[in-house]
Amino acid sequence: MEYILIIISAVLVNNVVLAQFLGICPFLGVSNKISTSIGMGLAVIFVMALANLVTYLVQNYVLVPLHIEFMQTITFIFVIAFLVQVVEIILKKMAPPLYQALGIYLPLITTNCAVLGIALLAVQKDYNLIMSVVYAASIAVGFTLALILMAGIREQLSLTDTPKGMQGFPLSLITAGLLSLAFMGFSGIVK
Amino acid sequence: MANLKYFTNGLLKENPTFVLVLGTCPTLAVTTAATNGIGMGAATTFVLVCSNLIISLLKNLIPDKVRIAAFIVVIATFVTIVDLVMKAYTPDLYKALGIFIPLIVVNCIILGRAEAFAQKNRVWHSVLDGLGMGIGFTLAITLLASIREILGNGSIFNFRLMSENASTILIFILPPGAFVTYGLLIAIVNKLKAKLSF
Repeated sequence: MEYILIIISAVLVNNVVLAQFLGICPFLGVSNKISTSIGMGLAVIFVMALANLVTYLVQNYVLVPLHIEFMQTITFIFVIAFLVQVVEIILKKMAPPLYQALGIYLPLITTNCAVLGIALLAVQKDYNLIMSVVYAASIAVGFTLALILMAGIREQLSLTDTPKGMQGFPLSLITAGLLSLAFMGFSGIVK
Repeated sequence: MANLKYFTNGLLKENPTFVLVLGTCPTLAVTTAATNGIGMGAATTFVLVCSNLIISLLKNLIPDKVRIAAFIVVIATFVTIVDLVMKAYTPDLYKALGIFIPLIVVNCIILGRAEAFAQKNRVWHSVLDGLGMGIGFTLAITLLASIREILGNGSIFNFRLMSENASTILIFILPPGAFVTYGLLIAIVNKLKAKLSF
């Protein structure tokens, strides 16, 4: 039951992009086409779950025993950057088709603040290992959902005639605002 | 006087928030109250100036291949300093900004300026560039935060403009209000830019 609550809360109620404002850059940058946003979403699910697994181990078996919790930010960002590199190399060797599909999105993920943000939040929430990984994966599913919805809307919007000053970022942000308003309808399902 | 252009560049022409549209996560997330805007802006400006200074000093020592990793170490060091200082001296602000203080590490404005400016320019110019960008960012998010606080909460800098029980447009301090206000502000800036052509 606890896991179901975490999943619903992370995907719908506290959607990472639309309610917590993490990962806005890729959300605005890669949401032009549905196909690219699916690729980006899959890459994020994979990396985020893995990053939370590793940062959990680092936090509890390295930082806490050595009493250097203040090094958290610097260690986590390194672990994530390193992880992305390793995943890229492994995928290239072991699963070329998967690398073909996700390859170009992987380097972009290092700068996705949602990965670091969720790793830090999972520590703050005192989740255990499995909960932390489930939490990260469902947050990433929420990110993918928002990204695909946004891409669908933007594909339609690109065909419309909008005032010059509103083109690009302003229109995307206002669309995101309306999406966020729609997602607020889920609040109250889970606290 | 010739150096002044490095400083003013970040204020208007390449304002990180309204023109370059970088660092959008803190811009949207912490702008529920004007004081948060100033606090976040000051923290980011400090990190930006210090990291530009150090990176510009070390530009000939850092090998090109590992430069991004080296930049991140420098930036993360200053973010840790800010994090610890704010935790000790401004606990209320620290609580309000929450996760977004450690996340200054991944604020694209900082890495962007290190990559695009500090590693190629003189120390003094890099400091001015960092200061200009930081102040430009601070002013922009404080403006956004003020609009949201006035409309959504009926106050500014915690000073009440309306009576306690006046009805306010609550949606402006909720997430949708952040997206819409920011979008409209960029649209206004685009319009002004086309008119004044700066």
